[in-house]
Amino acid sequence: MAEKAHPKKAPAHSALPSAPIAEYYRQMHLIRRLEEEAARAYAAGKIGGFLHLYIGQEAVGVGALAALKPEDYVVTTYRDHGIAIAKGMSSRKLMAELWGKATGCSGGLGGSMHMFDAENNMLGGYGIVGGHIPLAAGVAFACKYRGDKRVTLCFFGDGAVSIGGFHEALSLAALWKLPIVFICENNEFSMGTPLSRTLSVEDISIKADGYGMARDRFFATDVMLVKERIAEAVARARDESLPTLVEVRTYRFRGHSMSDPAKYRTPKELEEHKSRDPLTLARKKLIESGATEEDVAKIEAAVEAEVVDAIKFADESPSPDVNVLEPTTYDGPFAA
Amino acid sequence: MRTLRYREALREAMIEEMERDPLVFLMGEEVGHYQGAYKVTEGMLERFGEKRVIDTPIVEEGFAGIGIGAAMVGLRPIIEFMTWNFSAVAFDQILNNAAKVRQMSGGQFNCPIVFRGPNGSAKQVGSQHSHSMEHFYATIPGLKVVAPAFPADAKGLMKASIRDNNPVVFLESETLYSVKGEVPDDLDTVPIGVANVVRQGADITLIAYSRMTHVALEAAEIAAKEGISVEVVDLRSLRPLDEETMVRSVQKTHRCIVVHEGWPYGGVGAEIVDRLQRLAFGSLDAPILRVATFDVPMPYNAELEQMCIPGAARVIAAVRRLLGK
Repeated sequence: MAEKAHPKKAPAHSALPSAPIAEYYRQMHLIRRLEEEAARAYAAGKIGGFLHLYIGQEAVGVGALAALKPEDYVVTTYRDHGIAIAKGMSSRKLMAELWGKATGCSGGLGGSMHMFDAENNMLGGYGIVGGHIPLAAGVAFACKYRGDKRVTLCFFGDGAVSIGGFHEALSLAALWKLPIVFICENNEFSMGTPLSRTLSVEDISIKADGYGMARDRFFATDVMLVKERIAEAVARARDESLPTLVEVRTYRFRGHSMSDPAKYRTPKELEEHKSRDPLTLARKKLIESGATEEDVAKIEAAVEAEVVDAIKFADESPSPDVNVLEPTTYDGPFAA
Repeated sequence: MRTLRYREALREAMIEEMERDPLVFLMGEEVGHYQGAYKVTEGMLERFGEKRVIDTPIVEEGFAGIGIGAAMVGLRPIIEFMTWNFSAVAFDQILNNAAKVRQMSGGQFNCPIVFRGPNGSAKQVGSQHSHSMEHFYATIPGLKVVAPAFPADAKGLMKASIRDNNPVVFLESETLYSVKGEVPDDLDTVPIGVANVVRQGADITLIAYSRMTHVALEAAEIAAKEGISVEVVDLRSLRPLDEETMVRSVQKTHRCIVVHEGWPYGGVGAEIVDRLQRLAFGSLDAPILRVATFDVPMPYNAELEQMCIPGAARVIAAVRRLLGK
């Protein structure tokens, strides 16, 4: 089911390798490059507020979403750029949203943490840790209510597994057999606090046992492996209407947000993780699949052009007009 | 015209809307097999089955969030809080998800959901079970807030709330559930945001909502015997507020008292006073007063509790004070 997961995003350059890894590498590389440029734009003052980068975790979002059909739903946290792109959002809409422009996915009203794209069933990034997990269960509830066989993926970090919303959502999803996959992106730090100081257990996936829910746990270095393992949970949701808790172990190469110098870890630790960069591995796998250096260079050049275009688009787009505020707050007349 | 109790009117509205639209469902603690903690939902499980009348565990944040997510993708949930006091643990869902998802998605997603249940004081249920939550919710843009006082309005506003594409906070009252009232046979919706002058008067305006409308009417009856003509405005909706009806009344009477449950610091009463002093400054012959719950956690003791909650005697005292009598 997964190979045709993103028909809209099939590379226009049809001469390039058709193996799935080519498209996954393209997405991962695109996310990496968009975010590197976003970090630069943030430093230049073009992006305000918070900016939580996904750099280092790209294999999780790209691999997981490759296991979905386009009609499936995704709900995630504030670290949402990579997930949005993998769900099919255009680079232009993403960058324009970061720039706070009217052409952004949320019209410049949401910003980095609130990437919504109805067309692609991207139901948003949310800024309150754990607050979106019950909401995601509700999306799955609606799918079951309608019997439409859609699956919902809900992403969150290891920092979310202590808060009530996580437990209430898992409890209800298991009780009511909802077609959802809860994906904990364990990047080892709850902002600046390591897991060892936030959790009494090292294995997050065992939280599922208390709810009688299926679980899985693996390292997300290889995007192909992520896709395979998430596909098992997606099948359980789609075919049996059962939830799964999946702990995907990953690592973020940047701080929690732009203001975080990440002094809570050593340069050596970071370098060790960077040596297992999932993007580098995806590139290697692409070559192994039969692509030439020239093929890969073409993908990278296309990505570069897309990034340049998205930045130009964001730069040149207009700011939202103040008149959008009331009609976006209420459907129908403003209620004051 | 039929006579219905407040709870029956609510139930009838939900049943009619669920029969009209298969996307409407009801969820909450004890709403199904137990028949509702206050019997508002009695018989609904038998009528609609477990798919659409759903008993939940005690997880307010969980089922509030479930409702919000379901609403975002097209269902129309009615989420019952056994009492609004318990919505405090779901406050993040209502504040940060229900009220904001439309705006922070640039208008891409709506949240057509009704949160409902009894609000305000009951009888001697103590400080944690006597909250008037409207003062928290009415301040939040993105929400609509309604608080009907009579069965007909309860029915019509419930139907309007279920059909509204925005999240609606629907505030009932344990002390009103058994109150009877006339309900027109062909009643459809009562529009959200329209107040009702429930007693005409010339000397002073009382503005109230929910159970306090009945207290205001009681006070108006007593005042009439003293030769004071009291007009009573029943707000019905707290967000949006019907400024026009309030202003028109104050332009007629030149004096106004707001009667509401809940603490006096900030809140709905303060909001009304602010608007009237701006919109009807020239018409006012005296400062606007408020009669609210005392500024303390609700005591258990029956006499102390009744002292804390606004009653007709305190309203009459304020009326006399404002008229210099």
